[in-house]
Amino acid sequence: MDTAYSATHRPETFREETFRGDFSYANSPENIRHFPFPFHEDHYRYSVNIEPHVPGLPGSAFEHLIDVDEHYVAEMADRAQVLAEDPLRYQALPHMMLAQWDTLELLMEEQARAYPHLFTLTRNGDQWRWINRPLGIDDTFTFGDRSTLPREPLDYICRQTQGDIALMDQRDGNLWMDAGMITAQADWSLDFDVGMNFHEWHAPVPLAPQMGVFDRALKYLLNLQLGKPVRRLNWTMTINPRLDTSPENYPKWGPDRTTVTPENVGQKVHLRVELQSLWRLPRSNGMLFVIRGYMMRMDEVVTVPKWGRRLPRVLETLPEELATYKGLSRYRQTTIDWLKRHDDGAPTSPGIFPD
Amino acid sequence: MQIDAIRSRPIYPGLAIAPLARRHIFALEGEGAGALLDIAGSLTPAVLGRSQILYVARGSLGVGHHGALQTLGAAFWAAPTVQPLLGRLDVELSRSHMGTRLYLAGTEGFIGQAMQVAAAHGIDPASVITEHRGSLARRVQCVHCKGVTEGVTASPFVCSHCGLSLFVRDHYSRRLGAFQGVNIDAEEPGAVPPPEELYL
Repeated sequence: MDTAYSATHRPETFREETFRGDFSYANSPENIRHFPFPFHEDHYRYSVNIEPHVPGLPGSAFEHLIDVDEHYVAEMADRAQVLAEDPLRYQALPHMMLAQWDTLELLMEEQARAYPHLFTLTRNGDQWRWINRPLGIDDTFTFGDRSTLPREPLDYICRQTQGDIALMDQRDGNLWMDAGMITAQADWSLDFDVGMNFHEWHAPVPLAPQMGVFDRALKYLLNLQLGKPVRRLNWTMTINPRLDTSPENYPKWGPDRTTVTPENVGQKVHLRVELQSLWRLPRSNGMLFVIRGYMMRMDEVVTVPKWGRRLPRVLETLPEELATYKGLSRYRQTTIDWLKRHDDGAPTSPGIFPD
Repeated sequence: MQIDAIRSRPIYPGLAIAPLARRHIFALEGEGAGALLDIAGSLTPAVLGRSQILYVARGSLGVGHHGALQTLGAAFWAAPTVQPLLGRLDVELSRSHMGTRLYLAGTEGFIGQAMQVAAAHGIDPASVITEHRGSLARRVQCVHCKGVTEGVTASPFVCSHCGLSLFVRDHYSRRLGAFQGVNIDAEEPGAVPPPEELYL
């Protein structure tokens, strides 16, 4: 095994960086190898690719079920800024309060278990104490009593968890997106979609419905068991390391897509991966959907030779409808041309991890 | 009539009387009057005696249905515009009991707004009987400023609130009773294609 993976993932320091303005976001060499590269073979294939969400390769994004990395503090600051400008990024329908508490418990326990040097949860009956050292939080509250927290439980814990979060209610043989905090989304609006069922919120996605993908995925998820979360990877590309690529702010980030040139691909074009995990919630029987995002610019991608070879091959085989849906049309070829300089044509090993 | 399949868009199966209901409330807009008149044969005296018709002629070329609706013999009330009709519907529902059936017919935008009123009274949308009549005009929420523009017949169109040019995405929110409008020239400001009259 590569020595980079001999130590477990244990972030000690957090980068000071921005996801807007001067876009100072970058990955350390360790965090590049931590990245969940989404392609396990050299050509693109659409699949639901759901697998058990169990602890994976040490050092990788799969080591801990709720992953915290060097971007934690900066991401939470960006999220707070998004929410200050647009409070509708947080939504919770009234019947979701029990699922909110379920979520708070799960995210506190998982983070405290994986990163005891960062988070501590002390439970004494319904009297809980939560310490979040990176953000300087030390709160004592009564579990189940919303008046004892400064915000609604979901609002409170989402501001301390990397990744977008949606909560689903399960009823009438369907899943309903009835709460969430979505500040780093790939062009979908929680404010518009809240209250929709599984088929409704996926309505704008091309190709997949005809393939029956959503029918099969829903059937699978309705049977999700407590304590057996599942995950899948999804991906797109983003110009500049901007977390908030919401439809609400499309006029702000849309022009970025016209700025890609052969000279700046390495700096501007980012592979954006979502490690999506789904968890059954114990009291509400709802479902937690964590959309944990990772971004890596092209000249970071190619520091891993296997990924530098594979990415252009995958991009060349992506169907045009999906390239359009993902918003890649304007810069896909420029990016492929740039990446091809890093593809010597050698075969690649199976799987997603670096050699 | 719906010509395409959008998975987030409701289906409007058509009006049919629920014979066991203790009360029937019909909220009709424009050509929606025809949806009720077409099933007049199933309106028995017993049904009519338990019915309330709320009607607004404007909005979708509907004129002259007042007389025909009044002739049915149910309690009848006409509103000058959609807004007071929705206010009256709100009052009627607040005084309704179990066993009340709600029927909605007219443009999609009207049905969507009336459905919001119903939802506020805890009525399950699946229990509301609906029929789409009249214009295909869409009610569209601007995803940027959140303002709603009524009666959109073309895409792209100019948001009546923030002035951005929006294309109408085939994505419908029941909660908002609206389609989603997204800025069409965000990537290249000014590059707006000519509008197409898609929803007449």
